[in-house]
Amino acid sequence: MNLLEAKNLYKSFGNINAVSDISISLNVGEVIGFLGPNGAGKSTTMKMLTGFLEADSGSIEIKKIDLSKDPINAKSIIGYLPEGAPSYSDMTVKSFLYFVGKMRDLKDELLEKRLEIMLKDINLSEVQNQIIETLSKGYKRRVGIAQALIHDPDILILDEPTDGLDPNQKFEMRKLIKSISKNKGIIISTHILEEVEAVCSRTIIISSGKVLLNKETKDILKNKKGNLDSIFRKITK
Amino acid sequence: MKLYIEKLMIIFNREFTGYFRTPLASIFLLVFLALSAGMTFFMGQFFQRGQADLNSFFVWHPWLFLILMPAIGMRLWAEERKSGTIELLMTLPVTNSQLVLGKFLASWFFTLLAIIMTIPIWITVNYLGEPDNGVIFISYLGSWLMAGCFLSLTSCLSMLTKNQVIAFIVSTISCFIMVMAGFGLVLASVRSWAPLWFTEVIQSFSFLSHFKRIQYGVLDLTTFIFFISMIIICISINIFLVQLKKAD
Repeated sequence: MNLLEAKNLYKSFGNINAVSDISISLNVGEVIGFLGPNGAGKSTTMKMLTGFLEADSGSIEIKKIDLSKDPINAKSIIGYLPEGAPSYSDMTVKSFLYFVGKMRDLKDELLEKRLEIMLKDINLSEVQNQIIETLSKGYKRRVGIAQALIHDPDILILDEPTDGLDPNQKFEMRKLIKSISKNKGIIISTHILEEVEAVCSRTIIISSGKVLLNKETKDILKNKKGNLDSIFRKITK
Repeated sequence: MKLYIEKLMIIFNREFTGYFRTPLASIFLLVFLALSAGMTFFMGQFFQRGQADLNSFFVWHPWLFLILMPAIGMRLWAEERKSGTIELLMTLPVTNSQLVLGKFLASWFFTLLAIIMTIPIWITVNYLGEPDNGVIFISYLGSWLMAGCFLSLTSCLSMLTKNQVIAFIVSTISCFIMVMAGFGLVLASVRSWAPLWFTEVIQSFSFLSHFKRIQYGVLDLTTFIFFISMIIICISINIFLVQLKKAD
């Protein structure tokens, strides 16, 4: 089933063309790895897909809902982890997730239940009453993932979810993403190519705002000699 | 409509309780109460005047709010932009107007709490004499409305920068201009070269001129409409700015 259909997205800031003619289609069970050098337009594209930025032209449909026409209903289907996993640092983990849950229209028992599941599944139970500001980077990232998942969204968009994490935390994060990917559509942006090989079913490489490659990860690895690393360097040079 | 208010209230609650999560609330309340009491009793010569009214209390409010309202409102948007939480907030299923209103109302009701905490002064004047409580009530209402004007202006300006200090300074200067527009000295200097209608326009935009009328118990429709429309204008510009500047 198609979850997200973005067609011919364009976005420029002044004279800079951040995104030009990017199209993405996301289906249930798919994990798209969104790759590209710094400044390629990954974050801008993700910001458009989540409704934070409006595209200059092009269309985005979230489960057949036009994002520009009905942003409230479209946004409610998406879970989003922005770059750097921002959160309200003066709140406790629990009260922050409570706040996001309520904003995501979860109520009473369901909210309590989802909160419990998040704290357990994402290993936040022991820090649930701690102020976010006092947490380590790894925990902060987990809080960001928990707020993106609290309403059990069909679409998950994660902007560099493993950035700054240690190898163990990265491994845990990948395991988590794999475990939830069966009945969702996930888009991950990353610099780490081994991550794409490990979790992504499809790879999209962009550079200077344009899609250079959009293929099944296994096909890329099968058809071309060498690993994703060398392919990436070759086409984004 | 019910859903609209529900979401607005979630934002309101987060912002309102936010003041108490840091020492900001206690510092603000302490400073506000100490300054307003100090100014009333010492500078306003509350006892020496020998009159059962609260003029010497309310007369300082425009000047107090000039500094204190920007201190309350400077974080509203500047902090969201600096920490990146604006991205999180604006990808939630919520409208810009719910966000702006929720945040503004939280700061405005926090100010109401501060104003309510000055009620012992009202009780004191009733103990000492027989004041016109209607006038005092209207003055309280006017004071809160004026605080709303300062706050909506500050909220609007805090959307223009990521730096809270800049937001504070620019807001204080803007509020100062709004107060000073009705000051005798400013009006006299304008009157010397500008036509009468121009002087009247400047005076009509002054918080001070409107607040003075309220202070004497005159809450006429013009003044009421002035304060409310100032708030509505600032909030509308704020909503527009959120859309325009969110990703800068």
